[in-house]
Amino acid sequence: MPKQRIAQIAAARSGDKGEGSNVGIMGRSRLAYAFLKEHLSASVVREHMSAINSGAVERFEADNMLVLNFLLSDSLGGGGSASLKTDAQGKTHGLALLELELDIPQDVLDSVAS
Amino acid sequence: MTRAPETAAKKVLIANGQGFWGDSILGPVRLVNEGPLDYLTLDYLAEVTMSIMQKLKIRRPEMGYATDFVTLIARVAEQLVEKDVKVIANAGGVNPHACKDAVLKVLASKGLTGIKVAVVEGDDILEQLDELMAKGERFENMDTGEPLERVRDTVTSANVYLGAFPIAEALDQGARIVITGRGTDPGLVIGPMIHEFGWAREDYDKIAAGTVAGHIVECGAQCTGGNYTDWREVPNLARIGYPIIEAVADGSFVVTKHEGTGGMVTVPSVTHQLMYEMGDPAAYITPDGVADFTSFSLNDDGPDRVRVSGVKGAPPTPTYKVSMSYHDGWKATGQLTISGPDALDKARLCAEIVWERLRMDGFEYSADERTVEFIGAGVCHAGIAERDDATEIVLRMGVKGSDRHKINRFGPELVPLVTSGPPGVTGFAGGRPKATEIIGYWPALLSKELVAPRVTVYSS
Repeated sequence: MPKQRIAQIAAARSGDKGEGSNVGIMGRSRLAYAFLKEHLSASVVREHMSAINSGAVERFEADNMLVLNFLLSDSLGGGGSASLKTDAQGKTHGLALLELELDIPQDVLDSVAS
Repeated sequence: MTRAPETAAKKVLIANGQGFWGDSILGPVRLVNEGPLDYLTLDYLAEVTMSIMQKLKIRRPEMGYATDFVTLIARVAEQLVEKDVKVIANAGGVNPHACKDAVLKVLASKGLTGIKVAVVEGDDILEQLDELMAKGERFENMDTGEPLERVRDTVTSANVYLGAFPIAEALDQGARIVITGRGTDPGLVIGPMIHEFGWAREDYDKIAAGTVAGHIVECGAQCTGGNYTDWREVPNLARIGYPIIEAVADGSFVVTKHEGTGGMVTVPSVTHQLMYEMGDPAAYITPDGVADFTSFSLNDDGPDRVRVSGVKGAPPTPTYKVSMSYHDGWKATGQLTISGPDALDKARLCAEIVWERLRMDGFEYSADERTVEFIGAGVCHAGIAERDDATEIVLRMGVKGSDRHKINRFGPELVPLVTSGPPGVTGFAGGRPKATEIIGYWPALLSKELVAPRVTVYSS
């Protein structure tokens, strides 16, 4: 089974939180959310985003919205107006996380097919 | 205050037309013109905005508020009166009375008399900081735990995030336009709900529902298809409709937008915004209560309608959040465009040349004080989607530090690359990068009993 981008089964939005950012990941189906909840751990996200975030990653769950919320503690190069980065507000971190590739089972892929 | 007896059946339409200072004026103008509306809320304040306004006010005592708001009122005042749309805006910044005076002047110039304009204040604690510290308030940085003493001498603004009840009080007193300073963004939306439905401070679930509604609309079009993952599916982004909350007394509400506008309101579009700037979803803290974002359900309620119900809340904490800003040094950034062939190699050489020439002149910047970005080679998605074969690169460089002279030395070495670097370097429009101030952000807490929100109503 080839690895596939999680963009196929999830959507995302990100923004700044102090000197870090938050990345919300929304499963595109209940099955997709269940798969992500099991496989998209804080450590997987930390590894994938390691060139962007040099701090810890914390995960929260909101089952009612099929949402996993990740807090990246040091991802803005200082944050606020102290940052020299182009993306000083983490606006693009959501799309960066959607580039992650995982072994996504066929039934999960099928569950989001429109 | 008077409450209508038909409260239970009443639907109230509350829109947000401004997600931040700099959002399009077309949002609120179209909300007023393109369909029914009861309340128009407008958010003009970001964290650094208060500090910028404080500086404007020091230079000119009649400034220090969001002048865009006055421009908007000048454009839609007649329609607001005709359609009886009330306006709630945090446009007051650090000078809400100057903002109110400017609005009254606009109303008078149009012959609109007897319009009540309220000012909500008490958020600005800059002048009381030392007094509050003497009373034992420590203002420790909420993120780092550091004591305020480290930056006390360079603090340039200090404002409490006030809640929704002073806004409701202003509306109770008949205000048609409410101007506030710093307050929570959701408070702009909860205020009219409290006023219309007579909610009490102990109605925690209802206050929490208002908080969720306020969070959904606080960034304007970000819940109606703006900044949406599946952007190809969003119809007519140019004419995107700004969000409207259709509120009822029990706290449930529908997110919608005016018929015929672009964008879309769907469970995923609303969920996108619910994820924005989220911390712990089970505990979203505002001065009016704590909302549980894991408690509610989202359901389709027809085209461009999403119903939110079942929101649970908890009592408020004993503290207000305080947002302070302080002088944190200087920075300068600039960029050049480098064409191919070998764009990335040439961009790397250009960056080296700049640092080397600065070093030759006695100016060295540590790794923490400088940055180089090769835009086009994978900057936003560093380590994830990089490439070394871009046909052109934008070389972006920057420095920061406490010495303004040292920061200003950087700019003049960037542009000379056009004639004394590799070939194909262009795009130096905009002149030499100059030092701009870094405004530090200091979040802290303050005991609620030490803050006294005030509401005053004026009339045109």
